[in-house]
Amino acid sequence: MTAEARLGQVANYVDERTGAAAWMKKNLQKVFPDHWSFLLGEVALYSFIILLLSGTFLTFWFDPSQREVIYEGSYAPLEGIKMSAAYASTLHISFEVRGGLLMRQIHHWAALIFMAAIVAHLMRVFFTGAFRKPREGNWIIGVGLLTLGIVEGFLGYSLPDDLLSGTGIRIAEAIIQAIPVVGSYLAYFAFGGAFPGEAFIPRIYTVHVLLLPGAFLALITAHLMLVWYQKHTQYPGPGRTEKNVVGYPLMPVYMAKAGGFFFIVFGVIAFLSAVASINPIWLYGPYTPGQISAGSQPDWYMGWLDGLVRMAPPLESHYFGYTVSWNILIPGLIVPGILFTGMALYPFIESWITGDKREHHLLDRPRNAPNRTALGAMSITFMIVALINGGNDIIATHFDLSINQIMWGTRFGIFILPPIAFVVTKRLCLSLQRADRELVLHGRETGRLLRLPHGEFVEVHEPISPEKAYLLTSHEQAPALELPEVDGRGVKRAGAIRNKIRSRMSVAHSEAIPKVSADDLKEIEH
Amino acid sequence: MKRLSRYRRHKAAGPALLIFALLAIGTTFSVASATTTAQTTTADRSALIEEGRQIFLKGCSSCHGLNSEGGAIAPSLVGVGAASVDFQVGTGRMPMADMSTQAMRKEPLYTPGETAALAAYVASLAPGPEIPTEEQLNYERDGSTAEGGELFRNNCAMCHNFAGQGGALTQGKYAPTLMGVEPKHIYEAMVTGPQSMPVFSDKTITPEEKMSIIKWIKAAEAEPNLGGASLGRVGPVTEGLLAWTLGLGVLIGVAVWLAMKAR
Repeated sequence: MTAEARLGQVANYVDERTGAAAWMKKNLQKVFPDHWSFLLGEVALYSFIILLLSGTFLTFWFDPSQREVIYEGSYAPLEGIKMSAAYASTLHISFEVRGGLLMRQIHHWAALIFMAAIVAHLMRVFFTGAFRKPREGNWIIGVGLLTLGIVEGFLGYSLPDDLLSGTGIRIAEAIIQAIPVVGSYLAYFAFGGAFPGEAFIPRIYTVHVLLLPGAFLALITAHLMLVWYQKHTQYPGPGRTEKNVVGYPLMPVYMAKAGGFFFIVFGVIAFLSAVASINPIWLYGPYTPGQISAGSQPDWYMGWLDGLVRMAPPLESHYFGYTVSWNILIPGLIVPGILFTGMALYPFIESWITGDKREHHLLDRPRNAPNRTALGAMSITFMIVALINGGNDIIATHFDLSINQIMWGTRFGIFILPPIAFVVTKRLCLSLQRADRELVLHGRETGRLLRLPHGEFVEVHEPISPEKAYLLTSHEQAPALELPEVDGRGVKRAGAIRNKIRSRMSVAHSEAIPKVSADDLKEIEH
Repeated sequence: MKRLSRYRRHKAAGPALLIFALLAIGTTFSVASATTTAQTTTADRSALIEEGRQIFLKGCSSCHGLNSEGGAIAPSLVGVGAASVDFQVGTGRMPMADMSTQAMRKEPLYTPGETAALAAYVASLAPGPEIPTEEQLNYERDGSTAEGGELFRNNCAMCHNFAGQGGALTQGKYAPTLMGVEPKHIYEAMVTGPQSMPVFSDKTITPEEKMSIIKWIKAAEAEPNLGGASLGRVGPVTEGLLAWTLGLGVLIGVAVWLAMKAR
C-alpha cells in the first residue's frame, strides 16, 4: 500500500466517526492575506505557548511559600542567609536544577517579548484601522489581553520574592492603599494582614499559574475564533475588495509559514536566554522590607506606570480624617484608567466622529487617516516620556545627567510633547498624501536629465504602474459630517453642544489632500 | 632526644647549626634595630609632614586655605584624618578637575609617596581616622561573604545598587560604582564618608563587619555572569531595551522575510 493510500485510510477512519471532512476541507483552504505586520500577533501567540511550556517546568520546583528558611544551597554569597522558601526554591531552580536557569530565563525573556509583540500588534491594528466595524469586539478583547498581560507579568516577576520584586509589591500595596476610603481595607484583604505577611506569594501564585492563564486561553481562543469567523483584514491593492480576501490558503502555505515561524520565535527566545542574563535574583538578594537597591525598576511594560508615579508632585488632601494621596491616586489609578478605557472605547469614538457604520475589511494606509495616526503618535509619545522617567535613575548615571532635570523635563514633556507629536504627525501624513498625489499626476522622478534643443534642462518623469496608481487612489475620502444646528423648520436641534463637538472633530478627522480624480488625469492629458 | 643524639655527628649538623645561629642572631638584631628605626621615624615623620605641607601649599591651599582652615568653596581639613586624604587623593578625586556637582574618580595626580606625605600633614593638624594597615585589611581571612552581602543590602545598596554598580542621587550627584575599587579605599570611604556618603563609624558597622562588606564586594566583582551577558547589572531597564531590539527587532526582520514575495 502506498503512503498516500494509507493516509487516506486514516482520514477515512476519522471522517466516518466525526464527519469532519467537509468542515476540514473548507477550513484548511481558508485564505489568509500575507504581510509581515500580520505576523506580530503570531509572535505574541507563540511567546504565550513558550510561556505555558517553560512555566510548567518551573512549577515542578518552585515553592510558593513565604515560610522562612535558611539557605544551604550552592550559591556561596547567600550561604546561611534567612529567606523565604519561594526565594530559596528559585535559587534552587537557578543553580541546582539541570537546565533550570535556562528555563527561568526563557520564561522571563518570553514574557518581555510577549508583551512587546502585543504592543506592536496593537499599534499595527490601530494605525491601519483594523479595529473598525465589525472588529470592535475583538479590539476590546485585545485591550483586555494587554491589561491581563501587564498584571500577569507583574505577578510573575513578583513570585521569586527577591529584593527587587518585593520593592515592586510594596509599590503595588501603596497604590492599593491610595484608593480613597477602602484602600487600606483592600490592602489588608489582599495581603491577609499587614505587609508583607505570609499570604501574598501563595495567593498570587494561584492567580499567576491558574486563574490568569485560564483567562488568557479563553480570551485568546475568542480572539482567534473571531479572526477566523470575521476573516482577516487585508491591505488595499488591485484585486482586493471589501468582499474578498487575497492571500494563500491555510494548508499548506500558511501552515508551513506559521509552523516555521513558531520555531523561529522559540529559537530567538532560547538564544536570548542562553546568552543574556535576565532577572539575576541571586544578585538582588532575598526581600526584606528594610532593604532597597538604587535603580529599582519594574519590567518595561510597567515602566510607564512607574514613571508616572515618579513624576507626580507630592499632593495630599485630608477629608474627614482620611488622607487622599493624589500623588499616587492620579498617576497610579486615574491616568491608567482613563488611558485604558479610552483605548478600549476608541473604535466607538471614531465611528461616532465619522458617522461611519459600514463594515471595513480593507485596511487604511496610516497616512490616509491623518487624525488617527496623529492620535496614535501622540499616545506613543506620552508612553515613551513616562517610560523615560521610569528609568530616570539609570539614564542619569549612564548619560551623566541630573535625575532632577530628567524629572522636570518629563513633567513638562508629558504635557508638551504629545500635542507636538500630534501636529507634526498630522502634517507629515498630509505631506505624504501630497507626495502621493504628485506621484500619480506626474509620475516617478527618474533622475535622468534631458537637454532640450533650446538648451533647457528637464528631468524625465516616468508614469507609475497602474497597480501603484490604483493603490494611491483607491482609498475613499469621506467628507466631514454635516450637522446643522437647526432642522428643516428652523428649530434648534437637541444636543447642540454635542453636535458642535462632533462636527468639529469630524472636520479635523476628514482633513485630507484631495486624491487624484479621473478629471485631474484628463486635464493633464490635454 | 634519641634522634637528636643520633644525628649529632651527621655531616650536615655543622652547617645546620651555623644557619640556625645566623638566623637567631639576625632576628635578634632586627628586633633590636626595630626600636632604633622607630626612634628615627619621629625625625622622618616630621620631614614627611613638612614635605606634605609643601605639597599642600602648592596644590591644595588655594581652596582649602593656607592652614587647611577651609574656605567658601572647600571644607576645613582639620580633623579629617589621614584616611580621608588617602581616599580623596589616592582615588584622584582631589584635587578636583572642575567644581561641578561632585569630585569624580580619575587618575591620581600625586604619587603614593606624595599622597602619604599629604596624609601625614593633614593627620598632624588634628587626630582623625587613620589609614588602615595591611594587617587590618585582611578581609580574605576575617570577613564572611554572606554576612557582608546582608550588610551591603542593608546599608549600601540603596545608593550603590544591589551589585555595587552605583546609582543616581539628587541634582546630578551619584554614588559611584564599587567595582575595581581598592579594599583600602572602600574602608576609608566607610570611615570618612566622602561627599554625599554618610560616615559608617566603627560603632555602626564594626571593623570586622567592614571586612565582610569588602569581602562581599570583591566576591561580586569576581563573580562570573552566571546567566549570560550581565547587561550592566542594573535591572530591567536594559533587559527591556534588549527585548525590543534584539528580541522583537529580529523577529520582525524574520516576519518581513517570511512575508516577502518569492522572486
